[in-house]
Amino acid sequence: MIKESAGDRLLLSLMYVGITVFALVCLIPFMTVISGSLSTEGSIIRNGFTLLPKEFSLEAYKLLLKDSTIYKSYGVTIFVTVVGTVLAMIVTCALAYPLSVKSLKYRNSINFYVFFTMLFHGGLVATYLLISKYLGLKDTIWVLIIPALINPWNMFLMRNFFNSIDESIGESAKIDGANDVYIMFRIMIPISLPAIATISLFYALAFWNKWFEAMLYISNEDLFPLQYLIKRILDNAAFANNLASGVTAPGYIVPTLTSRLATTVVTIGPIIFLYPFLQKYFVKGLLVGSVKG
Amino acid sequence: MENSIARQDQAIKRITLNKKPSFFKEIRKNHLLYLLTLPGILLLFVFSYLPMFGIVIAFQNYNPVKGILKSEFVGFKNFQFFLESSDVYRVVFNTLFLNFLFIGFGTLASLIIAIIFSELKGKYFKRIAQTIVTLPNFLSWTVVATFATSFLLYKEGLINQILRDFGLEGFAFYNTAAYWPLILVIIKLWHAAGFGSIVYLATISGINPEIYEAASMDGATRWGKIRHITLPMVKPTVMLLLLLAMGNIFYGDFGMIYAIVGKNALLYPTTDVIDTYVYRALVDLGNVSMAASVGLIQSIVGFVLVVTVNQLARKFSPDSALF
Repeated sequence: MIKESAGDRLLLSLMYVGITVFALVCLIPFMTVISGSLSTEGSIIRNGFTLLPKEFSLEAYKLLLKDSTIYKSYGVTIFVTVVGTVLAMIVTCALAYPLSVKSLKYRNSINFYVFFTMLFHGGLVATYLLISKYLGLKDTIWVLIIPALINPWNMFLMRNFFNSIDESIGESAKIDGANDVYIMFRIMIPISLPAIATISLFYALAFWNKWFEAMLYISNEDLFPLQYLIKRILDNAAFANNLASGVTAPGYIVPTLTSRLATTVVTIGPIIFLYPFLQKYFVKGLLVGSVKG
Repeated sequence: MENSIARQDQAIKRITLNKKPSFFKEIRKNHLLYLLTLPGILLLFVFSYLPMFGIVIAFQNYNPVKGILKSEFVGFKNFQFFLESSDVYRVVFNTLFLNFLFIGFGTLASLIIAIIFSELKGKYFKRIAQTIVTLPNFLSWTVVATFATSFLLYKEGLINQILRDFGLEGFAFYNTAAYWPLILVIIKLWHAAGFGSIVYLATISGINPEIYEAASMDGATRWGKIRHITLPMVKPTVMLLLLLAMGNIFYGDFGMIYAIVGKNALLYPTTDVIDTYVYRALVDLGNVSMAASVGLIQSIVGFVLVVTVNQLARKFSPDSALF
């Protein structure tokens, strides 16, 4: 190893400083929001947001967890994420596996049929009318699930994984009398578990973070997913007033800001705790599809 | 004359007769595989292809009572209405301008982060830093919007608090459109730059280490190696991703902009993009046909752009084009 010059060391130090600063910048918003949610409403109004709580209080969480809204929304989001991901993986694998079988004659036509949907979109208006007027999915939980069950991009990723499996495995199973469905569920899926995990995570995250569809199609408050609940709370103060409607103390300040922050923290909790363990799968998936653009 | 038509008919019949058995034979042979593809094909048909037929609404005076089939056709009137309004310049300009900013600064930031990560030595420091900078990417835009308020609120926001501590005047961010291209770029970088660096980092770690060793032997400095080895090697990836991003330049980031800006009309001059405009025309104004016509223009321009860009990408680097 050649000894590094002073200039090299300086550059390396600058890089360490630079990436540390950027990492801190990435973390600070988490800190302000978490600290805000643990402060008293009065302290935020007087002192503004701070990196550490000035007047510690669990009031916002107490109110939030006493009310049924957050539990309902959590229930909706968990249902949509779990059921959506499982169904989406079944539909996606069921389309991806046949498309990886080279002897399938109409493979290319089906490929193009899927691919074209990535190029041309019918647009928001037609989709909106179709779902709300003609399919009757409005104000049902399924509107958050069914239209998102197949994502062409994820499907092609999955197909590429299946493509990379040696075809003789399937062929020899067939000679032994196994049918295609058996081969897919019992042979192909078990040997592509890392890929399944990666694509499942992509689907799960998309379902977990869904809010636009809820804004468009859902007006029943019992069916609001978490992310849309946050949007609603951000847009009007009625939520905080409802939470605090039972409280009658002199000089009580309605926790408009802190309840908003507490809801946000409760929503991102699972992602923050799970992310460090799941990160490698996301990275893997991104690299396979690195030319997505 | 009649004879030749009859002959043609016969030829056609023969072709279809020849084709039929092989079609059915194929289906029978692989019926389970085709059966497996059915749910996906049906879902795509309903949620992707049916809306494509819905573009006729753009040429109608859509009446919700009459529905798509019975509403009267008005030709290009809806397009005319949009193209003659002053909104068209604003939303098209904002869409393109914001996307150029996002793509330009996003690529630059991701590239810098990737180069830094490729030079760092400490394993744990690197892993922790990478986890932190990629984390924001997984938050939904509605969460990011809450985060943004904690910095930008006039009275309580962290930025104005700090300014006031120094005896300076605070900014009324949510009332001033002019700040928002910058604010949106910063939020975008916070959200996506770390995650975007992974692709470049993969390219950089694919570079043969012997090249760097040889350069070190010749006395190259760290900066010299970055400039003359890393950057040229990563250039094709950068160009390709830039090119592909250009294909989507006519689509605004609805999720981001609507979650953060929402219905704050004061900020429309710099933040209203085609997608938010279409949404408002549909949901708030109820002008279904106009919304559809704007959406159709967007779909067509978007389609042409994606196809063109892909032809270019294919020329540029044959293995990496999408199709």
